[in-house]
Amino acid sequence: MTYLSKTLLLCAGLALAACTNADRFGGANGGAGGAGSGAFEPGSAQDPKSPLYFQQTVGDRVLFQVDQSTLTPQAQVTLDGQAQWLTSNPEFNATIEGHADEQGTREYNVALGARRSNSVQEYLVSRGVAPNRLKVVSFGKERPIEICSEEACYAKNRRAVTVVSVVPVS
Amino acid sequence: MKQFLTLLMALTLFIAPAAAQSPGPLRIEIDEGVIEPLPYAVPDFVADSGAGAEFGRNIARVIAADLSGTGLFRELPKEAFISQITSFSSPVQFADWKAINAQALIAGAVSVDSQGKLVVRFRVYDVFAGQELGQGQQLVGTQDGWRRIAHKIADQVYSRITGEGGYFDSRVVYVAESGPKDKRAKRLAIMDYDGANVKYLTDSAAIVLAPRFSPTGDRILYTSYETGEPRIYVLNIANVNRRVLETQAGTMSFAPRFGPDGQTVVYSQTQGGNTDLFAMNIASGSATRLTTTPSIETAPSFSPDGSQIVFESDRSGTPQLYIMSSGGGEARRISFGQGRYGTPVWSPRGDLVAFTKQSKGRFHIGVMRTDGSEERLLTASFLDEGPTWAPNGRVIMFTRETQGAAGKAGLYSVDISGRNLKPVTTESGASDPAWSPLQN
Repeated sequence: MTYLSKTLLLCAGLALAACTNADRFGGANGGAGGAGSGAFEPGSAQDPKSPLYFQQTVGDRVLFQVDQSTLTPQAQVTLDGQAQWLTSNPEFNATIEGHADEQGTREYNVALGARRSNSVQEYLVSRGVAPNRLKVVSFGKERPIEICSEEACYAKNRRAVTVVSVVPVS
Repeated sequence: MKQFLTLLMALTLFIAPAAAQSPGPLRIEIDEGVIEPLPYAVPDFVADSGAGAEFGRNIARVIAADLSGTGLFRELPKEAFISQITSFSSPVQFADWKAINAQALIAGAVSVDSQGKLVVRFRVYDVFAGQELGQGQQLVGTQDGWRRIAHKIADQVYSRITGEGGYFDSRVVYVAESGPKDKRAKRLAIMDYDGANVKYLTDSAAIVLAPRFSPTGDRILYTSYETGEPRIYVLNIANVNRRVLETQAGTMSFAPRFGPDGQTVVYSQTQGGNTDLFAMNIASGSATRLTTTPSIETAPSFSPDGSQIVFESDRSGTPQLYIMSSGGGEARRISFGQGRYGTPVWSPRGDLVAFTKQSKGRFHIGVMRTDGSEERLLTASFLDEGPTWAPNGRVIMFTRETQGAAGKAGLYSVDISGRNLKPVTTESGASDPAWSPLQN
């Protein structure tokens, strides 16, 4: 990836952040900040180097079909963005959390969630993220984000979430 | 928190029979089709000393709850009694009990001895034969342990009438649940099989899953997210000390089960997205890999003799049940019905495997023979899973979770005949029960 295209992608991301978040928060940050740093508070969702930006703008999660751990084309687009962000922000490591919906037995779902987090890890590594920056874990069906017992909720629960955190200084 | 039960119990012969007893006609054949519950009476146990009165009432109530709870016995109400039992040594007026159709009569006496120990004597009568069924016995224990004494008496009555082992003097370890579905707090809890004497073994700081008893009932294996990822712990029930079982670094491990030797632990280990079965010697920590397929292998369960393991695998494309030698190697599939099969648990009698089945959007608890034949589904609901066997292999307890945003998990039990499905009372939500062996 060249420097130019990276900058373009970040700018695109910034523009998007401005669109979605300025409306939500009434554009309170408008006009603040010096040239080159953008109009945002450091660490806020507008800061492209913040975990919040990663979560909301890059997209921290990918969804899976029933019983599957194969990445959909849409998931691959999200993961391309994650790989890009992680490559640009080497001070962060990531834990990939695999999850399953409630339609399955408890221990099988732990194993299924592990397959999902592993798919994401392998993809990110294939896109240049160092394997030692990535950890995988599975929560099976223990931590749904949506609690209804319908496919609309199940679809959001069958997920792998990439959680970034600053590498501790050793 | 109630002090952990320390029960000193001596089971002693109380009265030698005048002659060798021949088995009376009083008998329930559990295997027969429809069962008319056997009517029985259990008057309050007679208080031989002042302190015994409340124990006498309470012990009779627990015995009745145990027996009637099986669905095989029906208690006759006190109001129907013609005779009263006012003395343990007076002759029984069989005609009076016959008149109200009490087929079995359980009579007992309670006293507190000079050391403060509870002394309980009991006799079981076959009313229509006009004689005792088996021998009278005396049990001695702590006053705190009065429920266990009652369960032991009920086990005796159940055994003498059905010819099967009892299961009332047993415990259940489970996961106590609270809070909403997306932030559910879980902690390990242990209770008597009937829900009494609950004790919490862990706090709810970390998710815990699927506990299992050791063959002697003194330790528990379970999975916890204490360190952020699933790892296996072994907990000593008496002192609540726990330690992690060190598995290979960089892996997740879960689904641990004891072998019948109490030393071998079989479990799932995940590396690179692939979950296989491993066995570890709990003392030495040395592990062997049992499966090598790229599919998911989990939810193992030893045969009672320790020679084989039944487990769940999706090597065929969907989760199904397989049996292999406990040393690993080739496995044979035993589930062939429509749907997905999981959580197989080998019966303590060795004859059956209980399992969870998902089919057409419903969950079932079922049993099949170990060759996969004679599959029978015992339950059906939105979500039933995780069967565990009563020590006598006649009853199964499992988790039932209700549907929707307010969905809650609770424990249920059902006979292997499919009869007598009922909830098990717990203080909070509950899941993942595991039934202990009979206590000593």
